[in-house]
Amino acid sequence: MSKMTLTTEGDTHILVTRRFAATPEAVYRAHTEPELIQKWLLGPEGWTMPVCINDARPGGKFRYEWKNGKGHGFHVTGEILEMEPYNRIVHVERMHLPDATPDNHVETRFDPDGAGTLMSMRMNLPDAETRRQMLATGMEHGMEASYVRLESMI
Amino acid sequence: MTARTANLDAAFSALSDPTRRAILSRLAMGEATVLELAKPFEMTQPAVSRHLKVLEEAGLIVRRVEGSKRPSQLAKDGMEAVDQWLAMLRKALARNYDRLDKVLADMKSESGKGTR
Repeated sequence: MSKMTLTTEGDTHILVTRRFAATPEAVYRAHTEPELIQKWLLGPEGWTMPVCINDARPGGKFRYEWKNGKGHGFHVTGEILEMEPYNRIVHVERMHLPDATPDNHVETRFDPDGAGTLMSMRMNLPDAETRRQMLATGMEHGMEASYVRLESMI
Repeated sequence: MTARTANLDAAFSALSDPTRRAILSRLAMGEATVLELAKPFEMTQPAVSRHLKVLEEAGLIVRRVEGSKRPSQLAKDGMEAVDQWLAMLRKALARNYDRLDKVLADMKSESGKGTR
């Protein structure tokens, strides 16, 4: 399948894209129905999501709790701001570690792409420093570090 | 917090600056002195030295003494720790979507059964 992309835009955005061999309706449902979300939104091997509450409607709240079976866990809470069935979801979320991280404003789009779906998730953090911290628990700079390594091999 | 995660915090903080990333790219091609780094970046030597200090404290570069010069080079261990950590996190996110591929395939076969 197609690979995930993860890029930054401006000072405060993170963009993740991924193609799926399923209709926008199916991908949208897998992002909104708790019994489906619990099957895939798990992170590293060994983690489970024992609590998955998602009141999937504009103004609805959600709460996801993860556990690793070794006494570690954290949870995410958020509110859904907009829902356009099978096409677009806008929500706000924060992680509790246990202190809440600054609000992450997320727009997820599900666009038809041939017989499948192109999912694009745009995260908007309140400021550049918050994004830096998020990426430090994440990603983009690692890719940069990998590019540095790559350049050293060329 | 373990020493290892403290180092990673410092490393990611150091990597958040585009000039410091550019300096690392340059060092990936080989050792360089402050003077050699200052030229292409059109920076003063004290400014380059400040960036090098941050990178050194984050464990991403090492410097040796050669007369009055202190040439810098990439610190293999520090760079590898960052790579591994990121590869792991990126993999966790990618793995979620691989799992979602399976969920979607199951949904498809479920609905297929219903219409047959």
